[in-house]
Amino acid sequence: MALLADISRQDGAPELRRRARLLYLLLILVFGALLIRLFFLQVVDGERYTFLSENNRVRIKRIPGTRGMVLDRQGQLLVDSRPSFDLLFVAEDAEEPESTLRQLAHYLRRDEKELLAVLEENKKRPAFEEIVIGKDVDWGTVVAVETHQIDLPGVSLRARPRRSYVDGPIGAHVLGYLGEIGPKQLQVLKEQGYATGDEFGQYGLEKTWESFLRGQSGGQQVEVDALGRRVRVLHEVTDVPGYTVHLTLDRQLQETAFEALKGKEGTIVALDVNTGAILAMVSTPAFDPNVFARGIKSDEWQALMKDRLRPLSNRAIQGQYPPGSTFKVIMAIAGLEEGVLQPESRISDPGYYYFGNRQFRDWKKGGHGSVDLHRAIVESCDTYFYQAGQRIGVDKIAKWARAFGLGEKSGATLDDEKAGIVPDSEWKRKRFRQPWYPGETLSVAIGQGYLTVTPLQLANMMAALANGGTLYRPRIVDKIESVDGTVVREYGPEKIRRISLKPATLERLHKGLADVVKGVGGTGAAARSSIVEIAGKTGTAQVVEMKGGSYVKSEQLAYFNRDHAWFVAYAPVQNPRIALATLVEHGGHGGDAAAPLAKKVIEKYMELQARPTEQQQARNEGTTRAD
Amino acid sequence: MQIDRRLVAHFDWPLLLLALVFVAIGVTTIYSANYNIAEEHAGGLPSRQLLWLGLGIVAMLTAVAFDYHYLNRLAYPFYGAMLLLLLLVIFVGHSGGGSQRWINLGFFRLQPSEPAKLAIVLVMAKYLQNDEPAQGLRLSDLWVPFVLVVPLVFLTLVQPDLGTAIILGIVFLSMILMGGLRPRSFLYLVGAGLAFLPIGWHFLKPYQRARILTFLDPDRDPLGAGYHVIQSKIAIGSGRLFGKGYLHGTQNRLDFLPAQHTDFIFAVFSEEWGFVGCLILLMLYFALIIYSFRLIERAKDRFGGLLVFGMVAIFFWHVVINVAMVTGIMPVVGVPLPMVSYGGSSLASMMFALGVMINVSMRRYTF
Repeated sequence: MALLADISRQDGAPELRRRARLLYLLLILVFGALLIRLFFLQVVDGERYTFLSENNRVRIKRIPGTRGMVLDRQGQLLVDSRPSFDLLFVAEDAEEPESTLRQLAHYLRRDEKELLAVLEENKKRPAFEEIVIGKDVDWGTVVAVETHQIDLPGVSLRARPRRSYVDGPIGAHVLGYLGEIGPKQLQVLKEQGYATGDEFGQYGLEKTWESFLRGQSGGQQVEVDALGRRVRVLHEVTDVPGYTVHLTLDRQLQETAFEALKGKEGTIVALDVNTGAILAMVSTPAFDPNVFARGIKSDEWQALMKDRLRPLSNRAIQGQYPPGSTFKVIMAIAGLEEGVLQPESRISDPGYYYFGNRQFRDWKKGGHGSVDLHRAIVESCDTYFYQAGQRIGVDKIAKWARAFGLGEKSGATLDDEKAGIVPDSEWKRKRFRQPWYPGETLSVAIGQGYLTVTPLQLANMMAALANGGTLYRPRIVDKIESVDGTVVREYGPEKIRRISLKPATLERLHKGLADVVKGVGGTGAAARSSIVEIAGKTGTAQVVEMKGGSYVKSEQLAYFNRDHAWFVAYAPVQNPRIALATLVEHGGHGGDAAAPLAKKVIEKYMELQARPTEQQQARNEGTTRAD
Repeated sequence: MQIDRRLVAHFDWPLLLLALVFVAIGVTTIYSANYNIAEEHAGGLPSRQLLWLGLGIVAMLTAVAFDYHYLNRLAYPFYGAMLLLLLLVIFVGHSGGGSQRWINLGFFRLQPSEPAKLAIVLVMAKYLQNDEPAQGLRLSDLWVPFVLVVPLVFLTLVQPDLGTAIILGIVFLSMILMGGLRPRSFLYLVGAGLAFLPIGWHFLKPYQRARILTFLDPDRDPLGAGYHVIQSKIAIGSGRLFGKGYLHGTQNRLDFLPAQHTDFIFAVFSEEWGFVGCLILLMLYFALIIYSFRLIERAKDRFGGLLVFGMVAIFFWHVVINVAMVTGIMPVVGVPLPMVSYGGSSLASMMFALGVMINVSMRRYTF
């Protein structure tokens, strides 16, 4: 060895050699430490760890954070979480899983085959994992399991909060529902702390506001005994409840709107004219989200999915309908602002208008006679607006429609909002690679053709008109608070844009729309109210195109071919506060089917406005006491 | 190719033999980790690991075939290739278990961060091979290596693969210390590193902070990482003196252990072979490392010595971090047990490292 060392010392690396000697020391120290550690684990504490491994009884119990509440603008409860129990089974903890389940079936008076089938389904999962054998079980089950715990090794109850939607189907589309996370969703959501069996907002506000509502799950690492009972908690992470979400909705107004739509398919959206706050949004037919909370059964889900009346669709934001005559509001504004329409000049309406070699009919057989702009709005004269449309041109019509928010998503934080279509010549070229035909402008002029809108867009259009030209972003969430009442987020009014309109234009529109309701021959007379003056516009959206010159009453058509009835409105005419859009699918004429519903909601709103707010109440009480 | 007879005579058989012993231990333990009690045989992992052994032998022979001085020229190109591959991972990488670390080559998923460890050793040995100044190296002498190592560490951190990033950093540190960094400069470096921590911390997002805190302290996450460590400790401890016997580890069979065939394979081994088995396995690593230290002392030149040192540093730190983490004295950072854990990229890289050592060993007599 000495010789070898002599040879190598002649060359290169004396410093390395010197340092290598230190390395031996380091190596011996570190490996010694590792061996000592192993000695302690395996020899000194080996018996304890052997016991733990033979009775591997360290379990993880997750406690999902309680979801936050949802309240209305008055602080009234809309969505809450209630306590509930799930029935669990850990096969490994039962000596004989099958006989235990038979015993359980006996106590619960349930079919034992059903319980054994659940065991069979979960055969592939590790025996120490919990299987859910009953969700949201009733009180009787809880008592039975607690009483007979000794006979039921491996069976346990788990308390967990469940969603409770106070008003059932009212506002179901806005609030949405939860569902268990699917395996695919879980892959993505694992990173955010979700686990198998967790629930997750699948629709509506529950989905869009998930991150605020969910809370943080906690859990316990517990040691359990041979019967699966908890011996001691080894570690604990406390759960944090989700935030409370305050909505702009008014629970009473929701109820009135839902009541008004009873037995119909349709929707009502109401907005605060000066802030964009959504005061009411209901859609019918509705579903009961409580069904989802207790765990929807497959046949119930199939029934909802296959229903031809589409109960899962939120018509207020997902329904895209031709606006019909309500679009004449945009037409009048476009005509006046572009200087194309002279408000005083009259046309004579024989009941039809010839363009090219095609006859465009007015809805009123025989026509409206001699009409100016005011009468054309009040009586909803098609012929007048055919001519107006032809003179304004589709591109300018589209420009004004878009200024009022049509053709674009409003950006309210609601789930799956649709944009509708505002066609112009460029749109048509892109979409169909065809030029725009002038005849198509006439269809658009009366709110038909390619034009489609959502009810929320029309309500917002009316709100912007009512407040003098400010288009607000509709919003549903007012503020978010933590459980201790600290405000986490607050959402004030947000302007999308200011639409510059001449005062004269506004005045003509306000007068015209007021006379639709109160004037002679107004199409919206059914919305006339004794307590508040309402301005509005009726609309009748054709579902199928009328052929030739035949006048068919909507009632004579097959149900799904009947016209949709619109009424859009704001009130009070002096100093407007509420704007709304009402749509009744296949309801026929807007003045008959939709206007009375709008009136009900507006009257309710005025009544609610008169009610003292909580603050005022508190102040009144204070003064009484002071007296 | 003409092979020098002296080279064959001086081929370092003990190193090759040790390598094969480790792989044998690895494959049998992977078989156990992959064993299905119901079907009474293991899945495809052990035979795939044998396939990777073939790949590893090719890598080893490649490392032996040419005089190691060629590595001097290859260091930068190899480094560049690793940098490119790590960049590629970001764009076309294959994700698994919450991180994106692999490039899918069809038959094989390459994990470039494994050979990247070799790249660090090559460029550092190249850079440090010149004689050191009398007073030792200052930090200002080392700006080139810093510039080289930072992108590699960064690219593995973003995957995220904290374990590999730590290995890269610690091998780099080991090499500059071995290369002759002044003790005072080393203290500066440590100080600067500590000072940088709060600044870096400031830029992290809350969830990233939480993840790092959990890495450092699994008790923060007793329902996740903490649970795994407890189960790993139960597995190792319950092995006691002589183990439960091959294929009889209950912790392993009942799926209580996470990553049984990769990062936690030591727990599977310990449960079945007990303290005696662990002692033997650690002694084998000890023997490999001691043997390489002898090689450093006898290396023909500084370049060769540094190469051997770098390669053995990779081994050393892997073994220490892996065993420390599965026995619960260190946070779980995800580092494989070299030559034993399942994984082709890791095995082939380690065999290449051994090849380099053999190369230096057998050419210490040639001039």
